[in-house]
Amino acid sequence: MLLKELSEAVGISGKEDAVRKVILPAIKDQAQDIRIDPMGSITARKAGTGERPLRVMVAAHMDEVGLMITGFEGDGLIRFTNIGGIDERILPGLRVHIGDVNGVIIWTPIHKNTDQNAVKMTSLRIDIGAKDKDEASGKVKRGDRAAFDSRYLELDGGRMLRGKAFDDRGGCSLLIDLLQAETTYPVDVLAAFTVQEEIGLRGAQVAAQTLNPDVAFILEGTTANDLPNPMAAEDDEAEENPTCRMGGGPVLTILDTSMIVQPHILAFLRDTAEREDIPYQLKTRSAGGTDGGTIHTANAGVPTGVIALPCRYVHTPSAYLLRQDYDDALRLIKAVLNRITPDDLVR
Amino acid sequence: MSFDVKTHLKSLSEAHAPSGHEGAIREIVREAWSGITDSMSQDGLGSLIAIKHGTRRLDPPRKIMLAAHMDEIGMMVADIQDGFIRCRPLGGSDNRVMLAQPVLVHGRETLPGVVASKPPHLLTPAARAKYPTWGELLIDVGLPAERVIELVQVGDLVTIDVPMIDLNGGKVAGKAFDDRACLAAITCCLHELAKLHHAWDVYAVATVQEETGLLGAKTAAYTIAPDIAIALDVTFAPQPGVDADSTCEMGGGPGIGIGVNFHPKLYDKLKDTAKRLEMKLQDDVIPTNSGTDAWAIQVAREGIPSALLEVPIRNMHSPVETADIRDIERCGRLMAGFIADLEADFLTTIAWDENADLA
Repeated sequence: MLLKELSEAVGISGKEDAVRKVILPAIKDQAQDIRIDPMGSITARKAGTGERPLRVMVAAHMDEVGLMITGFEGDGLIRFTNIGGIDERILPGLRVHIGDVNGVIIWTPIHKNTDQNAVKMTSLRIDIGAKDKDEASGKVKRGDRAAFDSRYLELDGGRMLRGKAFDDRGGCSLLIDLLQAETTYPVDVLAAFTVQEEIGLRGAQVAAQTLNPDVAFILEGTTANDLPNPMAAEDDEAEENPTCRMGGGPVLTILDTSMIVQPHILAFLRDTAEREDIPYQLKTRSAGGTDGGTIHTANAGVPTGVIALPCRYVHTPSAYLLRQDYDDALRLIKAVLNRITPDDLVR
Repeated sequence: MSFDVKTHLKSLSEAHAPSGHEGAIREIVREAWSGITDSMSQDGLGSLIAIKHGTRRLDPPRKIMLAAHMDEIGMMVADIQDGFIRCRPLGGSDNRVMLAQPVLVHGRETLPGVVASKPPHLLTPAARAKYPTWGELLIDVGLPAERVIELVQVGDLVTIDVPMIDLNGGKVAGKAFDDRACLAAITCCLHELAKLHHAWDVYAVATVQEETGLLGAKTAAYTIAPDIAIALDVTFAPQPGVDADSTCEMGGGPGIGIGVNFHPKLYDKLKDTAKRLEMKLQDDVIPTNSGTDAWAIQVAREGIPSALLEVPIRNMHSPVETADIRDIERCGRLMAGFIADLEADFLTTIAWDENADLA
C-alpha cells in the first residue's frame, strides 16, 4: 500500500505532478499503454486473460483541495483563495506549504478579538515571514498553490491511518494495488488516475472519452460523519445522518449530486459483496459528487458504479481511514473485476 | 556543544506542559540551565529557580530575579462520548483555532488525535457562519470507544501537536512561544553571562501557572526575595486586528514595558544599557495591569522594583505563534549587559528622589 507516499505528495487540482511521480514508478512494470493525457491524467491498461471481452475503467483522482495565492499586502502578508471545497473555519492557525516555502495562516489573538462569527477567506492571510510586499512576492508568486502541512501517521498499531488527501489518494492507492496484484483479471482493466476532480470532475471526463470503456468503477474517499452530536439532548431521537460509518466496509453510492447509479450496477455490486462475504454500506446522503459524474455521461454513456472508502475529516490536513475498510474495498473491487460479465451490464 | 537558540526554542516549544502540569518542560529547562548556573531548586508550586552567583561576591549579596513562565495554554478532558473527547480550555485557549488541529491527549498513554470537523460537503451555510464552541468541539484519537475509556479520563490534559517550523528571514512559528521564547531569552542571557563578570547573584526562574493567574511568579518571588526583578513575556507584533499602539515590531528588538507595573528608574537603567549596547528597545505602553509575571512579582514581600522585557510575536495563543529569533537573542544580551553593569550601590541609584528629604 502506497498511501503514505501518496498522502504526503502535494497535488492540488491542476498541479498533480508530484502525485504522478509517485504513481508512475509504482505501475511501470504492472501495466501497458501507460500514458499521460493532455489534461495530466495517467491512463494505463492491464490486459486481461482474454476470457471476457470487457473493457472496465477503474478511476481514482490524484488531485486534492488546497489554496491558491491571489495577492500581496504592503506588509508582506499574502491573500489567497480556495481550490475545491474547504470549510474556512479550519484555516485559522494552520500551517501551509507553498512549494518549499513554509507559511502560517495568521489569527488575531484572542486578547484582541473574541468574535465568534467565522472570518471569510477573503480576510484571512498567509504569513511566510516576509517583511514587505517585495520580499513576499520574491518568494512566492500569484497563482502558486498552498497545501496543508500535515504528516502521515498510523495509529493503534496500523489499525487507523491518518493523513491529508485521503480523498482521493486512498482511491489511488487501491488502484495501484489492483494493478500490482499478481493475478490477472478475466477482463481488461483501464486504469485512470485523474486530475481536477475537486473543481468539476474535468480529468475524468477526458479520460473516459479517450478510453471509451464498457463500464466504469470509481474508487473514492468519501465523507464519514459518524460522530456523536455533543449538543443533542439526552432523549434526542433525531440522530444526525452520518452518510456512512468507518468500519462499515466500502461505501456504495445510490445517488449523489453528480449522478444516479443505475440500479442494476448497484445491484451487481451489492450481490458481489454479499457472495464474497465482504461488508459494505450504502451512502445515506446525496452530498458530494465523484468522477462518475462525468464518466457516466462520456461518449455514448458508460454504466458506472462508485466504491468509496469511508473517511472522516476529508478536505482537512488530517483525515482518518480504517485499514480494515481499505482492505475490504480492495477485496470488493477485485471480486468485481473477477466476476463481471457483459450480461451484468444489460438492464 | 555550542548553544543554538533556535534548536533550544524548538525543544521548548515542542514540549507539552500546560499550566499546573509543567513537569516535562521543567526537565528540559533544568537540562539547558544546568551547565551555566551554580545550583537549582524548585519552590512549593513547582517553579524552577536556578542561581548563578556573582563572579565577585557582594556583602550583603544582591539578587536579581529573571522570570519567564514555562506553562502553556492547553485543554483538559471534560467528557467522553462514544469514544470522542470533549475538552475545556486551560488558560486562554481559543476555540476558533481548534478545528482540524492535531492534538495530543495525555492519558494513560499519549494519544495523537485531531479535532473533528464535519466535511464541507455536509455543512449548511448556517453551520459555517460560527466557530464551534468548546461544547461542540470533539477530539478523535482514532481508537475504539472502549479503548478510549480505558486510556483517557476526565481531567487528562490535551495539547496542540505541532512542530516548530522556519519561516523567512530568521522567523519561526510554533506553539507556546508564549512564554518559552522568553525562557530561551533567559537561557541566552545565562550563556552570555558566562563570558562576563558580574557582582549580583542571578536568579533565573521558569515560573509555573502564569496563564492561570500569575501564581508561580508570586511564590517564586516570595521564595527568592529578590532586590529587583525583570519579568519576560511576549507582546503583540503588528498584524491585522491588533491596534498599532499596543504592538512592538518583530525584529525591532525587545519591547520594554512602561506603566504602573514597572519601576520608572529600572526602566531608565535598562534603556541606558540598551543605548550602551547600541541595541534598539521598543517602548510598550501598558498603563495598568500588564497581565504578566511582573504584576505578581511587583507586590511580593515588601514590594520589588520590577521591569518587563518582551519578545514580540504574532498570533498569540494560536498554534502558529510567530517570532523573530534575533529578538530573543537581543533580549538575552540586553539582560546580560544590564546585569554586568549592576554594582553594590545599584539600589540607591533607583531609590525614590524624595528619600533625600528624609535624610
